[in-house]
Amino acid sequence: MLKEALEKKLDYDELSNCMRCGFCQPACPTFRETGYEAASPRGRIALMKAVADGVMEPDKDFVDQMNLCLGCRACEPVCPAGVPYGQLIEQTREAIEEAQEHPWWVKAVRRLAFFHLFPHQKRMYQLGGLLRFYQRSGVQKAVRKLGVLSILPKQMREMEAIIPEASSKGIVDYFGGTVIPAVGERKYRVGMFHGCIMDVLFNETNRNTVRLLSEAGCEVIIAPDQVCCGALHAHSGEREQARHLARKNVAAFHKADVDFIVSNAGGCGAMLLEYDHLLAKDALWQEKAQWFASRVKDISEVLTRLVEPKEWQSLSQRITYQSSCHLRNGMKVTKEPVSLLQAIPGATYVQLREGDRCCGSAGIYNLVQPEMAGSLLDEKMGHVAATQADILVTSNPGCLLQMKAGIHQAGLEGKMEAVHIVDLLARVQQEEKPLSPLE
Amino acid sequence: MLPASIREELRAIVGAKNCLDKQEALVAYSYDATPMQQALPDVVVMPKSTTEIQQVMRVAARHHIPIVTRGAGSNLCGGTIPVGGGIVLVLSQMNQIVEIDEQNLTITVQPGVRTVDIHQAVEAIGLFYPPDPGSMVISTIGGNIALNSGGLRGLKYGTTKDYVLGLEAVLPNGEVIRTGGKLMKDVAGYDLTKLLVGSEGTLAIITEAILKLIPKPQTQRVMLAMFADMAQAARSVSDIIANRIIPGTLEFLDQGTIRVVEDFKQIGLPTDVAAILLIGQDGEPQTVDRDMEQIAAICKKNAAVQIKVATTVEEADEVMTARRSALAALSRMRPTTILEDATVPRAAIAPMVAAIQEITERYGLQICTFGHAGDGNLHPTCMTDARNTEEIERVEHAFEEIFAAAIDLGGTITGEHGVGIVKAPYLEWKVGAAGMEIMKGIKHAFDPHNLLNPDKMFAKQSRNRVVVQRA
Repeated sequence: MLKEALEKKLDYDELSNCMRCGFCQPACPTFRETGYEAASPRGRIALMKAVADGVMEPDKDFVDQMNLCLGCRACEPVCPAGVPYGQLIEQTREAIEEAQEHPWWVKAVRRLAFFHLFPHQKRMYQLGGLLRFYQRSGVQKAVRKLGVLSILPKQMREMEAIIPEASSKGIVDYFGGTVIPAVGERKYRVGMFHGCIMDVLFNETNRNTVRLLSEAGCEVIIAPDQVCCGALHAHSGEREQARHLARKNVAAFHKADVDFIVSNAGGCGAMLLEYDHLLAKDALWQEKAQWFASRVKDISEVLTRLVEPKEWQSLSQRITYQSSCHLRNGMKVTKEPVSLLQAIPGATYVQLREGDRCCGSAGIYNLVQPEMAGSLLDEKMGHVAATQADILVTSNPGCLLQMKAGIHQAGLEGKMEAVHIVDLLARVQQEEKPLSPLE
Repeated sequence: MLPASIREELRAIVGAKNCLDKQEALVAYSYDATPMQQALPDVVVMPKSTTEIQQVMRVAARHHIPIVTRGAGSNLCGGTIPVGGGIVLVLSQMNQIVEIDEQNLTITVQPGVRTVDIHQAVEAIGLFYPPDPGSMVISTIGGNIALNSGGLRGLKYGTTKDYVLGLEAVLPNGEVIRTGGKLMKDVAGYDLTKLLVGSEGTLAIITEAILKLIPKPQTQRVMLAMFADMAQAARSVSDIIANRIIPGTLEFLDQGTIRVVEDFKQIGLPTDVAAILLIGQDGEPQTVDRDMEQIAAICKKNAAVQIKVATTVEEADEVMTARRSALAALSRMRPTTILEDATVPRAAIAPMVAAIQEITERYGLQICTFGHAGDGNLHPTCMTDARNTEEIERVEHAFEEIFAAAIDLGGTITGEHGVGIVKAPYLEWKVGAAGMEIMKGIKHAFDPHNLLNPDKMFAKQSRNRVVVQRA
């Protein structure tokens, strides 16, 4: 059953393009942790190919090994042959998902999350409202005091401890409109991708994103019909649902007729950037998907082009940067965030050793593979502590939460804070005047 | 399939975690970096000490089970494919640097240490381990020694064999031998150290090595020189050496490679030039500057159409990009990339490149050549598709002719990749029937039951030598 599904989904040409040189291995977190060939990109591709070639049956070990992959795609930039490993692992996971019989409750949770929650932004805000109530009303305090949380696994408890204050309103509500004019001369008309979780848990980051873009000379369109990017779906083997969401987003931003589509989350950006691949076989959408993908930019790319750091306030602190895997390996954005941070007057930028290595967050990886995620995070926090930085900057919500959890666990609270790059830049850029929409 | 009782014996030695016979593990250790080669072992064993290796070896000897020793599996000769099944012995857990001796300038390492980790450890204290095989970011030192790996610095600094001073190894009967030591001079008996270097895991299992270190060169500089004619590039190489300059790096790309690299990277390489030389020198700053000037003058005299001397680190990086991207660019063209290493005396580079081009055209294939011009070690690289059996047959014939041409020019079938499976049918062309006999005798003296890496180096049948008709 799984064998047939894999044969159908896997791109055999790309499997053959792997020449087994092994150059991917030093970049792979799970290989470095285990030293085990099967736990490396070369090994996983060999396993996929062995199944496709009929050399092995896709047994439980196979499925476990595919799930152990973080999907960080650090193997892609170092691959001489340019094998799109990220696509191969997603194809494999899609096949596994199709063939797998989950227990009823897993099915229910997955359906709820992937089909009834993430794709419906209104419900996300309602959930944000509930969470906000929990956080603000004293229930959270009471729950913590009563020790009710001890029934949760350790990694969930840690997440509960660091989750930021949720919002029941999205940025459109906040600004009261979907078109925010440029401050000064209009240089670009950009579409703001607000994300599903971003807009609820990191609403302030989204507001800051709009502000920075507008003050840099962008007319910001918060395309009203946009939905979740579908990354969580694609990584979890729900590619069909990801395609469904992709079509909605393509339509929403195409209608808005923007120069760029700006994302402030590496995980979402990398997904949006690959809509052309995702919809490559869809004759109706193919062309529009290419239009869309060619316009996707990370906020740091747009700001690097437009802002004048000389006007920023001085910040006499040590800053280090943990890059988002999907921003780096998926969107191939490496220099821009660093050059923005280096340009902050008065600040000292310290390079984080192995700041290009996955922190272990990887979507919901830290919840489903706590052991591997935990050892990656421990290693990471060792390097972070060595920088003696005051501010640890990231560029993706998952990474930000993981870094907050890391600081909490490593006892660095009070000495160091984890901040999204957008929020840090908003801090140094003096606010001109409150923004208001055009409409 | 090994009987359960034997697997139980192995498990008792290394522990269940380090003795794997699940499908996943067998597939994961069924290949290395060699195209089109794969065979499943019966069991994968990952020992942590010399004692465990001795015990595993004794079990294998008692039951006549083949053992294929392996590190990162980055070799290109099929050297670690378990063609006859049996045990794959993975040494990656024995990855400790035992000692760096600054008095004797040596480093003692376990076989599973990565080559790049040795470089970093010694360079941090101003020392230098020169061998730099292309796969050094993943390759392990045990594999480098077993295959006597080369690299870009071979011309000036030699290859792995020139840096191995002593070895500890487990023999097929389970005994341990220690050869050499921290000694620059040692003529006590046959040189077993040198014999084990390049023995491809067929004689003994290397468990520790003492390597020679030298002081780290103070500076290094690089330049590019482009030529409209291959012969001019080759003459420049000869002239540089004749002028008593031994460059630290002397690499070349042929026109085919240049075009593919430019197509892939757009770094502004002129695609109408016939060859590019990448020349580097390291050492004392003054000497390096003087050498670079002389080299540039020699290239100019030989009608180089363009010379770019890097003055900054960024420029050096740019200059190196062309050579570094060669394999990446070539391997993206077609699904299967076959990287060979026919080698000739450096004076014969131009006729060898011409022979490769002629053979490539005659067989209607895509073969581009780049490599180490300074030591005549060429990498004719064929871009093909393993699924196209008709084309693969043509590729085999073409390479056969390329090996024959190399030997005709006083060269060899492999300069740094090793014999393994893929070159075994051609070994006799290089060493002759008498050479084969004596090598087989050595193998028998070490390993009378043919347990260590069987079917490597010695083919069941040698190929008939192709006779190449050339005008």
